[in-house]
Amino acid sequence: MSHYEEGRTLIPDVDMPAHVVDKINSAPAMFDEAKKGPLSRRQFLKLTGIAGGGLVLSVVVGQPRLASAETAEPDKPFAPNGYIQIKPDGTIVIAAKNPEIGQGVKTTLPMIIAEELDVAWSQVSVVQSDIDKERYGAQFAGGSMSTPMNWKPLREAGAVAKDMLLSAAAATWAVSKDSCRAENGQVINTNSGAILTYGQLASAAAGLPVPDAKNIKLKKREDYRLLGSFVTGVDNPKIVTGEPLYGVDQKLPGMLYATFTKCPSFGGSVKSANLDSVKQLDGVVDAFIIEGGDEQTGLRPGVAIIAKSTYEAFKAADALKVEWNYDNAASESWSDLVTKAKALTKTQGEVVSSKGDVKGAIEAADKVVEAFYTYPFVAHAPMEPQNCTAWYNNGKMQILAPSQTPQSIAPLVAGTLGIEESDIQVTQLRIGGGFGRRLMNDYVVEAAAIAHKVSAPIKLMWTREADTAHDFYRVGGFHNLTGGVDKEGKLTALRDSTITFYEADKDAAKPVRGGNASSGDLQCPEIANLSFEAHRLPLKIPAGWWRAPGSCTMAWVYQSFIHEMSAAAGRDHLEFLLEQFGEPRWLGKKKARHFNTERAIAVTKLAAEKANWGKPMPKGKGQGLSFYFSHLGYFAEVAEVTVSDRNEVSVDRVVVAADVGMLLNKAGGENQVEGSVTDGLSTLAGQEITFENGAVQQGNFNTYPLLRMPAQPIIETHWVTSKYPPSGLGEPALPPLAPAVTNAIYAATGHRIRTLPMSKEGYRIV
Amino acid sequence: MITLRVNGKDRKLDDIDPSTPLLWVLRDHLDMVGTKFGCGKGLCGACTVHLNGSAIRSCSLPISAANGQSITTIEGLAKQDSNGVVQFHPLQQAWVEHDVPQCGYCQAGQLMSAAALLQQNPNPNDDEIESAMAGNICRCGTYKRIKKAIHTAAKAEASS
Repeated sequence: MSHYEEGRTLIPDVDMPAHVVDKINSAPAMFDEAKKGPLSRRQFLKLTGIAGGGLVLSVVVGQPRLASAETAEPDKPFAPNGYIQIKPDGTIVIAAKNPEIGQGVKTTLPMIIAEELDVAWSQVSVVQSDIDKERYGAQFAGGSMSTPMNWKPLREAGAVAKDMLLSAAAATWAVSKDSCRAENGQVINTNSGAILTYGQLASAAAGLPVPDAKNIKLKKREDYRLLGSFVTGVDNPKIVTGEPLYGVDQKLPGMLYATFTKCPSFGGSVKSANLDSVKQLDGVVDAFIIEGGDEQTGLRPGVAIIAKSTYEAFKAADALKVEWNYDNAASESWSDLVTKAKALTKTQGEVVSSKGDVKGAIEAADKVVEAFYTYPFVAHAPMEPQNCTAWYNNGKMQILAPSQTPQSIAPLVAGTLGIEESDIQVTQLRIGGGFGRRLMNDYVVEAAAIAHKVSAPIKLMWTREADTAHDFYRVGGFHNLTGGVDKEGKLTALRDSTITFYEADKDAAKPVRGGNASSGDLQCPEIANLSFEAHRLPLKIPAGWWRAPGSCTMAWVYQSFIHEMSAAAGRDHLEFLLEQFGEPRWLGKKKARHFNTERAIAVTKLAAEKANWGKPMPKGKGQGLSFYFSHLGYFAEVAEVTVSDRNEVSVDRVVVAADVGMLLNKAGGENQVEGSVTDGLSTLAGQEITFENGAVQQGNFNTYPLLRMPAQPIIETHWVTSKYPPSGLGEPALPPLAPAVTNAIYAATGHRIRTLPMSKEGYRIV
Repeated sequence: MITLRVNGKDRKLDDIDPSTPLLWVLRDHLDMVGTKFGCGKGLCGACTVHLNGSAIRSCSLPISAANGQSITTIEGLAKQDSNGVVQFHPLQQAWVEHDVPQCGYCQAGQLMSAAALLQQNPNPNDDEIESAMAGNICRCGTYKRIKKAIHTAAKAEASS
């Protein structure tokens, strides 16, 4: 399974052994997105034409379709690597390597290649790539890592191809390469003014050796034409016309529809079920028990129902009666955890990291503030409920999966079902929302396990209720904070006593996924005395990485508490927050993941300036400021709120200042910021997962509400262009939102929200 | 037997459970998967289609209640001109231009709600848009762009 290392490492481990990669590469069949049914690999390669790597068709409207098998041209296409194919007919195809979950990488990553290749975007058709570690390296959607990890290799892929086209042109004209210039998909002879298109050069370039990328000069940022512009999503035309794109849209010949019912209390197993009566129901083809195992991220016990339609499967699942065995099931209750955590965090915990003498500094402080912050478990709630299509046929398993970690599927399925990895073929599909939920492949292994027992392709479909109740949750948290300011109003000490969960029956020193509450990611390097303490509790409720794992909660706790301290010191919060950053400098080893206070200061000042920080606000209105650095991005946000005397909160405006090095796509980048702000507010407002006897109490959107259009604030985004390499935008705009809003509510009302969601304190977002 | 007129074509369904929601008839029986399953309870709007021109949640409408009636789905929002060339609805055009979608999953439902709104109110203001669109959830938070795109489409229709 993929996993994040807790702390500062943001890259899920999706590495697979080389022999596994080889087996996947030699797998037999692919599925054609155009719904023509499975093709042989040979046919498929002919169809898409990219040598050595089959690609699913997904062509931009207005572009010619790729040559079909019937019309494949005799001339050799130019395909210097897995990303680029240029055909003599002028077709330029660029492969998008990573899963598209709404973060925009199916557009942005190909843009990076197109920039260095010097083609006009309108000339390019984008296809979703095969799953192939050898050709594409790690393929996953997580940690906002697609951009930083692929920035260099994709530029190189484009630059190498362009260099070969220039070489081909120089040879054709018998001139030096220096007198050839590439522009908009053609090479210009700067002496004669002659022009050859990339299509005309394709066959000649295909015969040249591929040069070492190290020897190829990449473009300078100031010469970019495409990167930084407003480029709309490559799938937009298909999305707005309802063409099949997503996991749920897949259909294989003779396909049946499956449901899988698990114990409401996580990990409970099946004693018995009324399978015989379920099998009698209309449309039901089969029903059977799957034993499953103990691993949270693997195949769990449950009952599969196979039917001729989704509705008949759902209806049969409603009639299913299961007697569960709760011996190994989760039994936690949220209210018990809250009581336990409140008491525990008041006591001395295990010191995980510290600096200076926090006890002495608090004793010597002029003002001391102690506060208990808590936030709930939350679910991912992607709009597309979990689903997967699988077909086990002639010993081969074909899996069509909306997964954020498609490279992890074959090892998981092989290990679970005892199939050779070489007999498993995985196709990645556009995903109707990830947010970290689909870093887990539990629903994929369920589909495979069901398909393994059925002599037809099956599509497993979860209900919304199942999606909410069988997630891998962002864990709730508890922080008992103590801070001290001295006579000059300087923040001298901060202590945080936390609850850090570990997976029950596993290593107590290892926090659950995304749940390292005692990481000490405070981002205030000037505080001289610090102590971060953990009280470790076991947890059987599955924990997972939820958008901006760790940061999404740490930012709220710390950026709220820093504001409490500036209020206690009677100081302006902008000045106080900037003071915590100290001098502009790069801490640690000057890696992108190390905190750079210069960038923090710049975005904080910009957000304040653009929001006109400190302007007089009428009664009932307030401004709140916050900052957080996560996923390599620096974000400061100012929220402006109006609070009615009935505690109805209107978030009127959110001003965002961002530094992600360079913004690669204005369209997708701003969309991510607006989405993150909205997501942050949605979560802050009223989302909470509770559980009793190890079973989740929420189901559909009536009990787990998402923000709707009328409550969305005006969002303004301002970009700092810095000299640093571009980083991702799926996550880092989210963490500062919650503290910006709760700090603004404090400014408007004098009330400090310390419990989330804020509906628990009687505040309602309107 | 159930008969429907879907996007201008007559469709017949033999041997179908009359309680089957229109959503699953479209997706599983008629192979039109543009209309999306989000909640199954009429709470999110992902499954919005037009029934005789009005926006409804297809996940909550039994097929028996749609018998003999006219349905428009996202697949039928664009029109073909006399030369057979597909002409986007102004909303589809605006959606693409403003780069509304993130994950895109809810957008078919958003578009169908927006199309029904413009049918009734060709030039809605922000409040009218918000109240007409409040039944459609976008988990990715594209509301700002949806609003902008509806205004753009309304202007385009007014000037055409």
